[in-house]
Amino acid sequence: MNIVVLVKQVPDSGSERRLRDDDYTVDRESASNIINEMDEYAIEEALRLREAYGGEVTILTMGPARSVESIRKALSMGPDKAVHVQDDALAGSCALGTSRALAAAIRTLSPDLVLAGAESTDGRVQAMPHMLAERLGFAALTGARKLTVQDGTLTVERQTEEGYEVVTAATPAVVSVWDTINEPRYPNFKGIMEAKKKPVTTLGLAELGLAAGEVGSAGATSTVLAARNRPERQGGTKITDEGAGGTKLVEFLASEKFV
Amino acid sequence: MAEVLVAVEHAGETPKKVTLELLTLARSLGEPSAVVLGGPGDTEKLVDRLGEYGAVRVYAAEHEDLDGYLVAPKATVLAGLVRSINPAAVLLPSTQEGKEIAGRLAVKLDNGLLTDVVDLAADGTATQPVFAGSVIVTAKVTKGLPLVTVRPNSVTPSQAPVAPMVSTVEVELTDADRLVRVVERRAEQKGTRPELTEASVVVAGGRGVGSAENFALVEELADLLGGAVGASRAATDSGYYPHQFQVGQTGKTVSPQLYIALGISGAIQHRAGMQTSRTIVAVNKDAEAPIFELADFGVVGDLFTVVPQVVEEIRKRK
Ligand SMILES: Cc1cc2nc3c(=O)[nH]c(=O)nc-3n(C[C@H](O)[C@H](O)[C@H](O)COP(=O)(O)OP(=O)(O)OC[C@H]3O[C@@H](n4cnc5c(N)ncnc54)[C@H](O)[C@@H]3O)c2cc1C
Ligand SMILES: Nc1ncnc2c1ncn2[C@@H]1O[C@H](COP(=O)(O)O)[C@@H](O)[C@H]1O
Repeated sequence: MNIVVLVKQVPDSGSERRLRDDDYTVDRESASNIINEMDEYAIEEALRLREAYGGEVTILTMGPARSVESIRKALSMGPDKAVHVQDDALAGSCALGTSRALAAAIRTLSPDLVLAGAESTDGRVQAMPHMLAERLGFAALTGARKLTVQDGTLTVERQTEEGYEVVTAATPAVVSVWDTINEPRYPNFKGIMEAKKKPVTTLGLAELGLAAGEVGSAGATSTVLAARNRPERQGGTKITDEGAGGTKLVEFLASEKFV
Repeated sequence: MAEVLVAVEHAGETPKKVTLELLTLARSLGEPSAVVLGGPGDTEKLVDRLGEYGAVRVYAAEHEDLDGYLVAPKATVLAGLVRSINPAAVLLPSTQEGKEIAGRLAVKLDNGLLTDVVDLAADGTATQPVFAGSVIVTAKVTKGLPLVTVRPNSVTPSQAPVAPMVSTVEVELTDADRLVRVVERRAEQKGTRPELTEASVVVAGGRGVGSAENFALVEELADLLGGAVGASRAATDSGYYPHQFQVGQTGKTVSPQLYIALGISGAIQHRAGMQTSRTIVAVNKDAEAPIFELADFGVVGDLFTVVPQVVEEIRKRK
């Protein structure tokens, strides 16, 4: 089974994140950038499937030059190779543009399965897997907390707002995973050394057969008009419980008309 | 007045609260039309309630495959409807399913998409919190019509009763819509508590609650306040509470009137899911816990003595 894993580099949500002042796109220069956490679960799931059924695991990332740090990190977990979609004309792509470029790259790889994170911590659009499936004509099984494969049939237990549902489809498919699906492995020393030598192919617009006006800021289908920082929340009253803490808490709730 | 399409999300025989919120918002943009995407007979049960909230029209798209297959059929039907009536805007709930339908719709129509919107002006300018609510942006769709998903609890639903005109929508699907079959659907919601993302009160427990059994205390307080129960990731990862109740960056985003955090330290990833709550109350035995930086009222103390007292005091006042 040939598997493509989508890996996005995102600003670390544990540090301060900002938008650029000029075009309000995510500031990826000043931030400390990491692999989108959920994508690590997708990588792990791919490696487990390779261990069980054989085949090849390819990392696919679209992002600026520095995304290669994340690509090497992803490869150090064990995948075979990577494709880096990179072109200056891709900067400022909206979700629709990103899906167009990623779909074009996936076509060059003809995988049986595309694994992705359920959502990214910067965009939180949660729509990429379905956008790709729509473009590729693949099945989309999203929000997986469990994935099993039998004779080319995929079965996913998928978390929903109400509980869960079980869905099935044949390959080719896009499956997005939740962080409940597995426990990602840590790269070991050998993995880190090997990752340096693994092939990373860079694809630009020309190789993908895309025109500049279809992607990037030129092809963006939405635009940010303005951005402002939300005023920091101020802490209010803080009391120490000396026997009547609960009563005082209820007095506060009553003053706010909650009881 | 131009039609504004609202995709109805419903649980059984009632529209979800977010649907009523979307109808309320749609009224400020044009004439609301509710689109029911469901199984045979669904519309009939929903139509009165949709009318109460101002749905001038209700489009009934009913077919067993809309429930039997994942998302794709709903997007196909909605795309057909958008093409034929050319509405002023399309609103969907910013839930997992809402975003997924919207993503497919955006591709089908080659139309821009804005998600997690909390307000939408008549000229299509949308307000969105990004980076866990630390930055607020205004944005606009520049290709096609305003296609937005709106976060639950962003609008106060208000009634504006009308008698809706119901029109039936022909459901025409292709094989590409039937790739992912739903073989089982199971609810794990506990009892009669409101849904987490819709609740106006959320009582959440963290690692400090200590065990699954102790979560009964969190539930007791939630029930007294008519609220939902939430949990930190440490609590769900430790198996104290089911995963779908997790609040935070990798869980649900909630924005209730009142959020009570019990034994939760207030890590940045937890705050990501709750910091836009109107009032925040915290109980934590560590006076330095970061949760106090955003709590309107904080009690430094042991939750196992403070919470029982809270429960007793509220009972007394009832
Ligand atoms: C990429 C990423 C995504 C994440 N996503 C999420 C997410 O979606 N949601 C989330 O919640 N976390 C998330 N986390 C984890 C987050 O960083 C914290 O680890 C987590 O929120 C901690 O949960 P907690 O506050 O319950 O536990 P702790 O940080 O261990 O805090 C427990 C608190 O309970 C207090 N306490 C203990 N006993 C008592 C008592 N008897 N009475 C009163 N107080 C007591 C302690 O003083 C302490 O402050 C994420 C982390 C990463 C890296
Ligand atoms: N630029 C990108 N490069 C590679 N994968 C991506 C990219 N953007 C999104 N993805 C994948 O799509 C998932 C969902 O992203 P999103 O729709 O942005 O929430 C992520 O977890 C990634 O697996």
